[in-house]
Amino acid sequence: MFMAPAVAIMAVALIYPLGYMIWGSFRAWDPTQTIGEAEFVGLKNYITLWSDPNFRESLGVTLRFAFFCVTIEMVLGVGLALLLDRNIRGMSVLRTMFILPMMIAPVVVGLMWRYMYHPTVGTFNRFLERVGLSDVDWLGSHALTSVIIADIWQWTPFIFILALAALQSLPRSALEAARIDGATPWQQIIHIKLPLMMPVLIVTGLLRLIDSFKVLEVILVLTEGGPGLSTEILALRISRTATEFRELGVAAAMSNYLLIILMLLTVAMFAFTKFQEIRAARVRMAAEDDS
Amino acid sequence: MDRSHEKQNPAFYAVIALLVMMSVGPVILMFVNSFKLDVDIISGTSGLIFMPTIQNYETALCDILWYEPDHIDFCSLKFGGAFVNSLIIALISTVLTLVIGSMAAYALVRFRFFGRDTASITTLMVRMVPPAVLLVPVFGLWNNEFCFDRDGLIGGAIRDAFGGRGDVCLAGTHSGIILIYVAMNLPFVIWILQSFIVQVPRSLEEAARVDGAGPFQVFFKVILPLIKPGLAAAAIFTFRIAWNEYLLASALSDRNTKTVPILIVNNMSEFNVEWGVIMATGMLLAIPPIIFTLLASRQIITGMTAGAVKG
Repeated sequence: MFMAPAVAIMAVALIYPLGYMIWGSFRAWDPTQTIGEAEFVGLKNYITLWSDPNFRESLGVTLRFAFFCVTIEMVLGVGLALLLDRNIRGMSVLRTMFILPMMIAPVVVGLMWRYMYHPTVGTFNRFLERVGLSDVDWLGSHALTSVIIADIWQWTPFIFILALAALQSLPRSALEAARIDGATPWQQIIHIKLPLMMPVLIVTGLLRLIDSFKVLEVILVLTEGGPGLSTEILALRISRTATEFRELGVAAAMSNYLLIILMLLTVAMFAFTKFQEIRAARVRMAAEDDS
Repeated sequence: MDRSHEKQNPAFYAVIALLVMMSVGPVILMFVNSFKLDVDIISGTSGLIFMPTIQNYETALCDILWYEPDHIDFCSLKFGGAFVNSLIIALISTVLTLVIGSMAAYALVRFRFFGRDTASITTLMVRMVPPAVLLVPVFGLWNNEFCFDRDGLIGGAIRDAFGGRGDVCLAGTHSGIILIYVAMNLPFVIWILQSFIVQVPRSLEEAARVDGAGPFQVFFKVILPLIKPGLAAAAIFTFRIAWNEYLLASALSDRNTKTVPILIVNNMSEFNVEWGVIMATGMLLAIPPIIFTLLASRQIITGMTAGAVKG
């Protein structure tokens, strides 16, 4: 009785649309038709996409974007967490400031960065001019890098907060023991802190990876996928195929490719957490056997 | 461990100052620019020496101002209307998600339909689905399938009442957008609230039941007040997504149900960007989340860490 509304809404607005999409991906479907009128074409949409250089380019851009964003964000976020894990006054204020970029609408983030990247009036090029360097064509020839920088700005704090939470829940005794044994700060980090944080870090990284496939608005506002296809990630291509080229069937097939990638990632993540649990349980069993 | 604050190296504070500047700087830059005239923004007399003006805000809000600003001939930017739409959609979807989600979470915890694992798998799965993937089916369904036939009983009544031609569909209505936001946010809310409901002692509920309270009374009068912190965290996350979302809203809304993000994107893609006005709109859109962040950063961090650490 308490469950009924939730189940009904998710069935109508999530499960049914996803099924509808999978069904639609086998049809030549344009927005003026209902799905029943669209012609059934089997796997044609998938095959066309697979041999479409634009789709491949877009897939490549997506993977590159996700890879660089997540790697750099993980390094920076974890590094900052290790650096700032101290008893300092005003830590909560600091954290509040750091989560600000995440809470602001992606559209607005895109807007701010588009201004800062502007070739003549933008903050960066003005600064470069003042120190006597030549302008950089941020959203032109370096578009992908610029987009990645904007994403790093917005999402590094996420990793930082989670890594900090993980750090602060580490068992104090292990750190204390290491300190007494004379481990240098670097040794403490490499041999104790990082291995102990690893489970949380991996989950965080995977979450961030999944999310980085969903980034769309920032890129839409910054570059609209251009110049050329250099920043057109898959999510953006799906929405353009659906709304500009009006090929819903192809867009649905593309969505399914994206879903398959994400599904693999999610399964990997789930398998990993399960694996962790089992290992933890085994360690606990072993400990009990010993005693 | 001593709880006193350690003395740190000055270089350390310099690093912190730099970090804060990097994370807050762009926001402040936008704030400052939203008070500048376009001439000032472009001419590059940068720094803080300029005449602050609220002209940009007047242009942005021209359709709901009670007076007519002198510098505007024609009010083209319908920001006020979009703002109201955004507010309606975000608020209603937040409230609905919380009510439905907390009920479902309660049922999952107390009556044990499925294990907690099922709930976390669903949450993960839904978190995985990008809005762009939902775009195609939702666009098709909302326009073609979720309609009342115009000759039918309900559809006819709605059409007579509100006018319009063709079938009455979900697309282009507030409820259409709200429905998809509720569905998108439900799993996360259910999952977060579960961990709070588990901590409510059973004896409290039994005491209430002995005193003659029905199941709904127990739920609304005993459980809900006890999980307020969880509700706050869940509310902020739901509101943020509904407030900031662009893609699905742009596919589902029509001229009258546009939300603020759509307005901003539409004004950005034009060749000649009016930076001052667009920054003012951006600032107005950013203000509610900023306020939430300042007031409830603790809850946000709780929600965020619960989302990953227990994942």
